[in-house]
Amino acid sequence: MVKVQVWGSLKPAIGGEDSVEVEGETINDLLKALAAEYPGMAEAVRRGVSVTVNGEMYANAVMVPVKPDDEVFVLPKLVGG
Amino acid sequence: MNIQPDKKAIKREFDIVGKRTVRPDGIDKVTGRARFGADMSMPGMLWGLVLRSPHAHARIKRIDTSKAEKLNGVHAIVTAKDFGPCDDSLLDIRENVMARGKALYDGHAVAAVAAVSKSVARQALKLIEVEYKVLPHVTDVDEAMKPDAPVINNKLFTKGLDTTPKKASNIAERFEFGHGDVEKGFAEADLVIERSFKTEATHQGYIEPHACVASMGADGRGEMWVCTQGHFMVRNTCAGLLGIDVSNLRVTASEIGGGFGGKTTVFIEPVALALSLKANRPVKMVMSREEVLRASGPTSSSSIDVKIGMKKDGTITAGDATLRYQGGAFPGSAVPYGAMACFAPYDLKNVRAIGWDVITNRPKQAAYRAPGAPMGAYAIESVIDELCRELKLDPIDVRLKNASSDGSKAAYGPNFGVIGLKATLEAAKKHPHWKAKLKKNQGRGVACGFWFNFGGETSVSLNVNQDGTIGLSVGTPDIGGSRASIGNMAAEELGIPADKVRCIIADTASLGYNDVTDGSRVTFASGMAAIQAARDAIGKLCDRAAKIWGIPVDAVVWEKGYARPASPNAGKHEPLSLADIAAQAGSTGGPISGHCEINAEGAGVSFATHMVDTEVDPETGHVKVLRYTVFQDAGKAVHPSYVEGQFQGGAVQGIGWALNEEYIYGKDGRLQNPGFLDYRIPVCSDLPMIDTVIVEVPNPGHPYGVRGVGETSIVPPLAAISNSVSDAAKVRMTQLPMSPPNVLKALGRI
Repeated sequence: MVKVQVWGSLKPAIGGEDSVEVEGETINDLLKALAAEYPGMAEAVRRGVSVTVNGEMYANAVMVPVKPDDEVFVLPKLVGG
Repeated sequence: MNIQPDKKAIKREFDIVGKRTVRPDGIDKVTGRARFGADMSMPGMLWGLVLRSPHAHARIKRIDTSKAEKLNGVHAIVTAKDFGPCDDSLLDIRENVMARGKALYDGHAVAAVAAVSKSVARQALKLIEVEYKVLPHVTDVDEAMKPDAPVINNKLFTKGLDTTPKKASNIAERFEFGHGDVEKGFAEADLVIERSFKTEATHQGYIEPHACVASMGADGRGEMWVCTQGHFMVRNTCAGLLGIDVSNLRVTASEIGGGFGGKTTVFIEPVALALSLKANRPVKMVMSREEVLRASGPTSSSSIDVKIGMKKDGTITAGDATLRYQGGAFPGSAVPYGAMACFAPYDLKNVRAIGWDVITNRPKQAAYRAPGAPMGAYAIESVIDELCRELKLDPIDVRLKNASSDGSKAAYGPNFGVIGLKATLEAAKKHPHWKAKLKKNQGRGVACGFWFNFGGETSVSLNVNQDGTIGLSVGTPDIGGSRASIGNMAAEELGIPADKVRCIIADTASLGYNDVTDGSRVTFASGMAAIQAARDAIGKLCDRAAKIWGIPVDAVVWEKGYARPASPNAGKHEPLSLADIAAQAGSTGGPISGHCEINAEGAGVSFATHMVDTEVDPETGHVKVLRYTVFQDAGKAVHPSYVEGQFQGGAVQGIGWALNEEYIYGKDGRLQNPGFLDYRIPVCSDLPMIDTVIVEVPNPGHPYGVRGVGETSIVPPLAAISNSVSDAAKVRMTQLPMSPPNVLKALGRI
């Protein structure tokens, strides 16, 4: 299980908590699990999110491996100018 | 794929990287040979023009194009009907490029004409009859959030709340970031200051308006030449909007006269393609400056509340901010990034930032250098400055005391890696600017800023020519010197002179997909890919040398542009230069090239500190910028002159945003200043020389330590200048722009 933290306004989607533990070995696994287990997360995942693993930002590289002790954050999908 | 950081490379002495080589596009640009978007013409080409709504909000009851169609010389007219079904992700773009049912802002496109000349097209526009039912409008973000505001989109229900409301409103979404307990933090503070701020929308102000030529053939295959930050994006978006296979549309990026984020989306390009599709002739479209200001994408205007608590020793105990950004007539303002970035420079135990994404009857906002971050930084850095002044603390020392550093928990969540904020602050503190004396009516301000940076999908192809020169194809339009920096990194890796590498922007049919040039990503990502492509080519060059010498390839090494035997055991062979091997390529196995296709990660965040002196004329309210110094972490400055140019450009655009630039809407919801006479960007005579200090804290995510530098430089200026003006005027400024009327108002003179 990997602890996934979400940005503040997604807390209601995971039962009001800051974080939730889901099964997965990659970012893709975690996002799929979040969308499947928490309907409120499904739309956010569909619209696109960025994910940080141990502080490293991944915009759409979902095959990045994750381990149970990694720090994982789900954040809004970044854009730039 | 992520290229592993090469810590030895980061520390190594470079031969070319870090040198100020001659810019490859310089002669083209100063002699007029460079081909910009409007320079492309084709035989049989038609001119396209757009009919735009004169109303801020109106239902389109009827469009009659029949008279215009009969005008001699008119070949095609398109309206929303010509843009059929598309993917959900393109719906807002489809509606923005051509109004569907309602005009949502002054300048919204409602029809377009292609004719044999501009004058015929202009006559045709006058013959198109549009019957509107004018609706109530709203252009101010705070007004748009009120319960009785005119509702622009009756299908918009606020997201991000505990429960989705049943009543539609102009509030698209709520975002929240932070950690800890802000109320507990405020209770621990010796001083708490709360302030509210407003900023107006500004435009990127690129000198070259949007321009393109679209040519769709009868065989269903098309080509486009476009002034854009992302020709692959143009290809995919236009193909998606018009139901064309991506492979049937080839897009070439022209030279670009500035983008700054404003050319990361499409406006006239799908319209030109739709007209060409209908006319079966090439169609050229060039926006006027008025169209650029009325109907392309400026940044958001904002309204921000900030509350920060501080102890007498300068420790920030809590920070709380509410940011409201209007993003024009469609959801998607940059407020989440403003909320994420605003407290990022500080390592805070208790922090919260709430963002509200709001729609108004204004043009759909587009990215503008570090989208959303400058306004948030303006508000937070202003309050920190005020706390320092009230507590009689040095503003740089306070920032150093609270600064985020390696491993700090960012206000938006994750922990930072290796970062250079403290290094920029220390450089600022040591700089002579900080100790320089000020005169009456003069003030000094400092501020910090942060931007995320990112990498993204990138493809590079490197061809070894038979004479030993290199053709380097990248797919990221060069908006700030990237051809020089990418070419120099390839030359460094290959060990050959920089002028032996020619870097070009390849069209969409010649290279794999590339994300848009944005997010300060190109020198980082395309540079990383170029290094990897060079390493790929070096492997092949070593293989050829091994064949020529008749030894195993692992007995060959590549050093400073030569293949050499790895050790005496490999035999005695004269080193072979890249040119020697290239000359024999045909006889040793054929052409030699290197490739790299990556989704580049590891961009490394970026911080800057700005320092500025201003003088306020209390009689006129005019603010003069006297001295300006930028301190920014570049990781590794591949081409220092271009890095300095990015620092200076961000500062100058920030000066315009802070002092002059604003979208002024009348009570009728129409833009009052759609031209550079009334929308005043800074010119040379408004500015001092912008001094720059390049700080280099290598990014471990890049083989050479590079961090993007293009965006962070616009984050601190609004706050730094406001803090300086507040110091000079002895009154806290809370509204941008600090134009003479607003300064006089703050001084109580009007």
